[in-house]
Amino acid sequence: MYSQDGESFFIVDAHVALWDARPENQRNIHGKQFIDCFYDYHANLSPESQKWSYEEYLYQGGERLMKDLFTDGYVDHAIFQPAKLGEFYHNGFGQTEEAWALTQANPDKLTYNHNFDPRLGEAGLDQLRADAERFDLKGVKLYTAEWNGDSRGWKLDDPWAYRYFELCQELGIRNIHVHKGPTIRPLDRDAFDVADVDHAATDFTDLNFVVEHVGLPRLEDFCWIATQEPNVHGGLAVAMPFIHTRPRYFAQIIGELIYWIGEDRIQFSSDYALWTPRWLIEAFVNFQIPEDMTEYAPITMDQKRKILGLNAAKMYDIPVPAELQLPNADETATGSRQPERADLAAV
Amino acid sequence: MSADPAVLPLTERDVLRALDAVIDPELDEPITDLGFVRSVRFTEQGLEVHLRLPTSFCAPNFAYLMASDAKDVLAALPLSGTVVVELDDHHDSEIINRGLAADAGYRGTFRHEAESDLDELRAIFQRKAHTAAMERALTAMLRSRPDLEEQDVADVRLGDLADDEAKAALVRRRATLGLSLDDSAPVLVDDHGVPHPAASAALALRRARSTRISIDGNAHFCRGLLATRYPGSESDQAPRAEETFFPLSTLRSTARSAVETPRKSVA
Repeated sequence: MYSQDGESFFIVDAHVALWDARPENQRNIHGKQFIDCFYDYHANLSPESQKWSYEEYLYQGGERLMKDLFTDGYVDHAIFQPAKLGEFYHNGFGQTEEAWALTQANPDKLTYNHNFDPRLGEAGLDQLRADAERFDLKGVKLYTAEWNGDSRGWKLDDPWAYRYFELCQELGIRNIHVHKGPTIRPLDRDAFDVADVDHAATDFTDLNFVVEHVGLPRLEDFCWIATQEPNVHGGLAVAMPFIHTRPRYFAQIIGELIYWIGEDRIQFSSDYALWTPRWLIEAFVNFQIPEDMTEYAPITMDQKRKILGLNAAKMYDIPVPAELQLPNADETATGSRQPERADLAAV
Repeated sequence: MSADPAVLPLTERDVLRALDAVIDPELDEPITDLGFVRSVRFTEQGLEVHLRLPTSFCAPNFAYLMASDAKDVLAALPLSGTVVVELDDHHDSEIINRGLAADAGYRGTFRHEAESDLDELRAIFQRKAHTAAMERALTAMLRSRPDLEEQDVADVRLGDLADDEAKAALVRRRATLGLSLDDSAPVLVDDHGVPHPAASAALALRRARSTRISIDGNAHFCRGLLATRYPGSESDQAPRAEETFFPLSTLRSTARSAVETPRKSVA
């Protein structure tokens, strides 16, 4: 819970990780390149006072995670979204056993999502059944740029991916978090293209597709797809820290999102341990669309409440104190949200 | 083989000016302005140029496009000896550099990961670059003409635009797409040059704006990451005009009055 000036906010950090990128877990140069890339993101976008050393960044452990999220970070509930990266790290990047043990010890604070890889075929389907039972899965995190042997990526509309989504329906796994990565086969195409989300969301209307990074670097394609598909949501991983380094760019991202997909389908996350939630939450509660950007309506406290926690809480059935609950906006299921700001009727 | 005495020795500056022609397709900027050229060295064998990118995991297809375009423009210089272009510190450096050295082409470089070619990929980003340039030019016009409503941009012709950098950039991108450069040509058009009618002009401009925000945002992010990854590289970067990054400051919310009928879902 975060409170300021008499205003309270229920916080759900919808994308966190417990990773191990220490050299002994790195399988090859790519394991180092991957965490170096993350560290550059961290160093480039964090306020000076929030920067960690490279050594701290390689591995945090459960105790540090609990402190950063819940003791210092105002978070009420956090959701693990682990990336496997089995080709880069001996024991994977996201630490399944450690995160699951932490979740079992703190069931009111943590939810564990797992991952699957449709290239594993039938064996992967069996594994997903077992994982769903073991972890009581409500969601999965899919990293489409995961390397696997000769293959360096897959798409959500691949036939095998559809088999996995069908199984998700059967197992009650409703929330599909999608992280579009930069390498995909064949390389002829735009690797960040989010068109496959469109196809999958159209064909599986009872599943929620949460596109992490709100589609960045393809924000415009994401907005257009999400405005047409009521089951497509935007996760603010990676977009959040722009609030510090580039507040006007952040304002444009938030302004576009609220305009195109509305206040009920945007989810806050720190993307821990890329960044820590405390400073992001403080900055977001104090954030306002600059007055000169008149093409966007000012953001309201209730919109901030939804983004900071209520939207993800609703998706995951996380209990929220009655006094902090809010109704959905009376908005269209498709089409842009602020009709007075553009005429969609003629399209 | 000895150097041709009739050819003046090239300088680093000549090489960099030639590399100005190589564009990062995603960011729609020359790789020289972005600081992606790490070093230019004249060796006994000829010329050796090293490139660098903001992360090891930048998309390999774009990385290859920029590196092979660089080799192409350098090979066209009056230069004796060999041209070596290498991409440093990328997860695919080995594959890309081997392909460049052998002039293996895209399919020869990426083998099973390549299907046909990168022409469509390049075309997608040429279309996006046009969309963003169109939005910049029209938004600049709306700012300078308070009498115009947002939907009025449907009537704007190329000849109506001020002769500034925004217009020049738009004209270059129209030329790339093969769109009309005539003064009477409508500015607010789709990728094929088909104009948007007044009724959907505000929405078309809004969509174009999201494209422009996306590209501008990526350009700033990539510059920042490059400077973090290679300390000092920021001095090799030409600043991206903040003007194009925040052009909406005086834009009024003009489209409000445009809505009279209930909206339907977007087809």
